Amino acid sequence: MTICSQARDAGKGLLMIKFDAVHKRFPNGTTAVHDLTLELPEGGITVLVGSSGCGKTTTLRMINRMVDPTSGTIRLGGKDIREQDAAELRRGIGYVIQQSGLFPHRTVLDNIATVPLLLGWGRRKSRARAAELLETVGLTAEAGRRYPHQLSGGQQQRVGVARALAADPPVLLMDEPFGAVDPVVRIQLQDELLRLQQELNKTIAFVTHDIDEAVRLGDRIAVFRTGGHLVQCAPPAELLARPADDFVADFLGAERELKLLSLTTLADVPVQPATTVRTVRDDAPPPRPGSGPHLVVSARNEPLGWLDPDAGAAGPPSPVRPLRDTDSLLAALNESIASPTGLIARVDGAGVLTGVTSREAIHEQAGRRHQQAARTQLTAQKTAPATQKTAQKTAQKTAMETAPENGPENGLDTTPAPGGSAPGGSI
Amino acid sequence: MTVDWSWLSAHAGDLTTLTLSHLQAALTAVLLGLLISLPLAVLAHRVRPLRGLLLGMSNVLFTIPSIAVFVLLLPVSGLTRTTTVIGLTIYTLVVLLRNTVEGLDSVPAKAREAAVAMGTRPLRTLLTVELPLALPVIMAGVRIATVMSISLVSVATYIGDGGLGQLFTDGFQRDFPTPVVAGIVLTLLLALVADALLVTVQYVLTPWTRRPRTSGRG
Repeated sequence: MTICSQARDAGKGLLMIKFDAVHKRFPNGTTAVHDLTLELPEGGITVLVGSSGCGKTTTLRMINRMVDPTSGTIRLGGKDIREQDAAELRRGIGYVIQQSGLFPHRTVLDNIATVPLLLGWGRRKSRARAAELLETVGLTAEAGRRYPHQLSGGQQQRVGVARALAADPPVLLMDEPFGAVDPVVRIQLQDELLRLQQELNKTIAFVTHDIDEAVRLGDRIAVFRTGGHLVQCAPPAELLARPADDFVADFLGAERELKLLSLTTLADVPVQPATTVRTVRDDAPPPRPGSGPHLVVSARNEPLGWLDPDAGAAGPPSPVRPLRDTDSLLAALNESIASPTGLIARVDGAGVLTGVTSREAIHEQAGRRHQQAARTQLTAQKTAPATQKTAQKTAQKTAMETAPENGPENGLDTTPAPGGSAPGGSI
Repeated sequence: MTVDWSWLSAHAGDLTTLTLSHLQAALTAVLLGLLISLPLAVLAHRVRPLRGLLLGMSNVLFTIPSIAVFVLLLPVSGLTRTTTVIGLTIYTLVVLLRNTVEGLDSVPAKAREAAVAMGTRPLRTLLTVELPLALPVIMAGVRIATVMSISLVSVATYIGDGGLGQLFTDGFQRDFPTPVVAGIVLTLLLALVADALLVTVQYVLTPWTRRPRTSGRG
């Protein structure tokens, strides 16, 4: 029996979903879930991961009674789910499935209006709500009149999320929702889910077999092993630093230390003043040979690239990726490897140069972070509220964000606002 | 073989009556067939063991020669329109039942799962998700059943009914080809018009099947 002991410390501290000694054996004799005791607190994303056949999807489907446990109890908001009518229970729980599961015979708008209609809101009010959600997930009103097969896979997933959110349920169940889209779109959808979650703060149970997705999205990660055993449930940083056993360590993969760095921001890494590096304005004459590498900046003091006058023929400056405090240590490490000086350019929210940090300083912080994560007690681990972490993650946008999911020609996609803090931000 | 046009104009009223009677028998049979096969198909779709049994039974019924069916029904319903309609209905079942079951099979599992997971009750799932999505396959069956019934009505001439089929017996008995030709042409026209109407009905009922897929990545 494994208990996700961090659960109570996260979110608002209220329990939303509680599994108590839950077993599920299918009629063919296979045990899908073995003695599961798991608590999902209110607010925050709990990711259920594991290889196929480990019981993670069965666990998810037991929450809305798509599967009934063989024994044990599941409580939602303190109430045994078996005491409620299954259909009514399900209307209060958002559900997003792989390949969206949209109704091919209904327009996008009517797909989104499904649960409000079931709840008896009436056609007009349900459609109005659906139109509102279309915008929330970053689709145009024109897309609402189409049929699902006329949208791209990524757009269909957005509709799936909008449909799950339509009646504003406190709980969302997501079963590998982004499994069927290509990697670029997947990252885009993940980022937008995080942004949406920042606004809505739902209790989300998310099933995936992709550990990178789990680390990216989860406030907590529950790792399942074949046979339906929950092996470990912990915040991603703790899971990465202190896997409970070899199975979890193997599942996390060889680069788990690097994954840990992706969860840590640059904020605590000291900034050296900009004067420690030679800068040159992009409209000024190029620096003399022998003067060493220069950081090219704009008139507004935004880093533009590295220029080394001694590196042979005067070519264009090598690119620089300016990093903010909200960017990850992993991104910083990556940038420091690419930088000809081993320095990374730090900028403020407006993109103006604030200083530089050396490869060594980043390394030092990375090592410290690892030791710290390995040392930290279970209970002390989770101090930052879920929303703050979400904010960090949302800010750690990569250049991929701007990669268009769909050509502009069909005009359906709205490009998400950088930084993602705009109200009503798109998913 | 020449067509006696004056006979045609003199019997325009009779021809109309026979055509309508013919159509009525065929359509009643298809409607009854649908009413019977819908619940049976749902049953066959949901309960695996019943599936083979029901489909097998409809196949067996289909193999009984049509004249034999009418003869067997005589003690029950006599020389009436009811006998005609019951006989025709039995023949529509084999097509309607099979196509409705296959239509329900063709509903994407994810769509059904989504309906249930969002709190749609079974009857509403059937009426608002499964049947609409099964409609193209069901309609294919309705079209076959309709055309088949229209051509089969004539057999009921043996029991004194048969709509346009009466023209054939009339023509044969008097060795007068005009009614036979009229009967064939009208039966054909009836089948073509009915089929065209059904295609239109399906077009109107399934708007999602006719919008083109837009190109889009991801």
